[in-house]
Amino acid sequence: MAAIQAEIAVGGGEALRPARSLWRDAWYTFTRDKLAVAGLAVTIVIVILVLGGPYVWTKSKDALDYGIALQPPTLAHPFGTDDLGRDMLARVLFGGRISIAVGVVSIVIAMTLGTAIGAFAGYFGKLDNLLMRVTDIFLSLPTLPVLLVLIYLFRDTLQRTLGEVEGIFVMIVAVIGVLNWMPVARLVRASFLSLKQKEFVEAARCIGATDARIIFQHLLPNALSPVLVAATIGVGGAIITESTLSFLGLGFPSDVPTWGRLLYDAQNYLDIAPYTSIFPGLAIFLIVLSINYVGDGLRDALDPRHRQR
Amino acid sequence: MEIPSWQRASALVGTFGILLAACGSNAPAASSAPSAAQSAAASASSAPKQARGAGGNLNILYWEAPTILDPHLATGTKDFDASRLVLEPLADWDPSAKPVPELAAEIPTVANGGVSTDLTSVTWKLKPGLKWSDGSAFSSSDVVFTYKLMCDKTAGTSTFGYCDNVDSVTAPDANTVVVKYKTPNANFYQWGVGENTDIVQEAQFKSCTGAALKNCPANLKPIGTGPYMVKDFKPGDVVDYALNPNFRDPNKPFFKTVTFKGGGDATSAARACFETGQVDYAWNLQVAASVLKPMMDASSAKCRMVTAYGNSTERLLLNRANPDASLGDKRSEPGQGDSSSWPAGVKHPFLSDPHVRRALAMASDRDSIATQLYGGITGRPTCDVVSGPPPVVSPALKNSDVCKFDINAAKKELQDDGWIPGPDGVRAKNGVKLNIIFQTTTNDLRQKEQAILKQGWEQAGFGVTLRNSSASTFFTNTAPDGANKFYADVEMFTNSGDPDPTALFQNYTCDQMAAKANNWNNGGYERYCNKQFDALWASSKKETDPEKRDVIFQQMNQWVAEHVVDITLVDRTNVSSAASKDLKGLQPNGWASEMWNIADWYK
Repeated sequence: MAAIQAEIAVGGGEALRPARSLWRDAWYTFTRDKLAVAGLAVTIVIVILVLGGPYVWTKSKDALDYGIALQPPTLAHPFGTDDLGRDMLARVLFGGRISIAVGVVSIVIAMTLGTAIGAFAGYFGKLDNLLMRVTDIFLSLPTLPVLLVLIYLFRDTLQRTLGEVEGIFVMIVAVIGVLNWMPVARLVRASFLSLKQKEFVEAARCIGATDARIIFQHLLPNALSPVLVAATIGVGGAIITESTLSFLGLGFPSDVPTWGRLLYDAQNYLDIAPYTSIFPGLAIFLIVLSINYVGDGLRDALDPRHRQR
Repeated sequence: MEIPSWQRASALVGTFGILLAACGSNAPAASSAPSAAQSAAASASSAPKQARGAGGNLNILYWEAPTILDPHLATGTKDFDASRLVLEPLADWDPSAKPVPELAAEIPTVANGGVSTDLTSVTWKLKPGLKWSDGSAFSSSDVVFTYKLMCDKTAGTSTFGYCDNVDSVTAPDANTVVVKYKTPNANFYQWGVGENTDIVQEAQFKSCTGAALKNCPANLKPIGTGPYMVKDFKPGDVVDYALNPNFRDPNKPFFKTVTFKGGGDATSAARACFETGQVDYAWNLQVAASVLKPMMDASSAKCRMVTAYGNSTERLLLNRANPDASLGDKRSEPGQGDSSSWPAGVKHPFLSDPHVRRALAMASDRDSIATQLYGGITGRPTCDVVSGPPPVVSPALKNSDVCKFDINAAKKELQDDGWIPGPDGVRAKNGVKLNIIFQTTTNDLRQKEQAILKQGWEQAGFGVTLRNSSASTFFTNTAPDGANKFYADVEMFTNSGDPDPTALFQNYTCDQMAAKANNWNNGGYERYCNKQFDALWASSKKETDPEKRDVIFQQMNQWVAEHVVDITLVDRTNVSSAASKDLKGLQPNGWASEMWNIADWYK
């Protein structure tokens, strides 16, 4: 391979171009996509803000001050205050940590599970039927009742062993992850089924590549783009699911202001104090949108057919 | 879904719930002086020019939809209220907690000879010439039949509690009913006054006695004596009523038809009245004052608030048993004898300490809750667990230290008792940390109350974890997250009851401790037991002089507050509805159904 590349390099007169790898190429393509870069920048900024923000903006997220309830944005309270006079900026910053963490971690779980199951089903024909029926079963599970049952069964144990907030975090992340892997599994399986008939896979098999090598080296990178797109959409979905749970009283305790929870609390003040919902809403909107752009950019960057533009 | 509805629903869920238990009582309700009923609509001075059927349709919105129109199988206020347009009791409570005749010609008293001097027999005379809406004659045999129907154990009625201690209801003649009690009953209006003893038609329910009542078609379309009759009923959705041509007052009701619509939530109900004016009457607007006030104050507001106080109090229950999950089945199970004498492990690790309870009470900011969340519209601060009628309110509590919000006093109380703050600010003593799990129902208002209380408690040195679960789960006796099992340290909800407070106070007696043995059906969720309090309560049952009984009730109020059995926060209005500015004749009533005088409403 290296020899061939060298030959091309000499022949093409591009001796200075560094050796190409999948990820280097992808990064090169990615950085040419302005929207994707902007999305990545915004995502990084938001993540830095929610991680570091509470150390800079030291106002308490819980301190009540009825005298300044429902105040519009001011210098002292740039995002305004809620109906009990709590500082919205502090709440949005703190809430972002939990919302983003829930979104990312649960989707990582869902993607890992979905990719593994989809890959096995698509690559090993014998497992296909069994795994796809399992997927169907999971797809037909009514999400909410299952959530209720799982939370009733395990919440107490988890909260006792891990702590009141940590326990519920693990619980929610696991539940959202375990109930969201099915679409990914189907996507990966479909890609695997079509890819494994392709010539480069047959070629790899001919020269004696192992199953593991074919899966990880040849098939997975090619099947990754739909997974990444699904993952980015999933992050937004997971943030919403978490707020649904809070709404039902099964999510985080009501004094943990996740973005979903803040929106829920603000819904009755849309007409008299719109800023209480605009800022958390904007935060969710921005993070989901920019992660989506990052996903789009990644899809183009990782897809070999898009590369040589 | 909040107030009166689930209070009642909750009571119904537990067989021995507040309202049901309200029957074991012996209090002369007649003793109660005028309640603090706030009447937004001035008392209905008999309306001018209102004639029967002169009005069009009246739109009523209940965001909980009625599911049955038989009060004896009601599962919530919505059902009681929707049936009250059709069915009537012999007499009902008026806004001042005094009985006012409906089907009865007059109120029997000891003075007029209607009540026997030994308080065991009450003789009701019926109004002459009463007719059911189908035109047939109403008679005392219908009353006797209703008694037999609701007091048949196999029927599983939700009003069964009112049959307690009733020996018989008989009809010496077509116009007379005699109610006899087994023992002298100072609360001699127990059977006969109020919506729980609404009279149904014998002819219609004849084939529906006992277990057959549950599936009786008449439950969905009862024939009544009230101002309206059911035209069409879609359970869980809407009731359409037409006026009853045989109603006893030839000039009433004013509205030809009534639409009683269910669905939505409290906030959308408020908007439907104040902002869009789609409805003439919107029930139970339990939303935060910060949401309600702008709607009320808007110049375009099409409705006004209609409120009345009863004895609904929002209170904190402090668990006396140990809710530690590692106890398994023994979790939150009461011990033997006085709760203060239970051994370590059975009693609560820190709420069994009176100093801790006192500190918790002093760190609870009831004034902020009342003013910020209830806005003084739908609630006011109180320290009396039974906040009405006024004669039972304890005057001694005004100056009690546990009824005043004082963080420093709370800190001092804990410090002096040896509870020392740890590095995380949570106080501890002998390895026990003051970490509180605080549960309530899922409701915007309640979560805000939790936030306010948490701030005060944390400042005093408690660690606080908040929990909430949906009202339907919370008031299920066997739910692990529920109020009855009480697998938490502190919980919050509202109780209310009849003008006679005996049943409400009964929850603090030893017999009433909720436990596995009674399937958590008893009303004493805090597992409080004190022989002295039991004796006080028993003395209220024996006392026949109304004024002396009120003094005993005051003492019980004082006891509950000063021993910090519970922490009472807010006296909530029993009626918290909105009515169109044109709608007149309303008499908001904290002691009866909101629909109790709908025959007098007009525009």
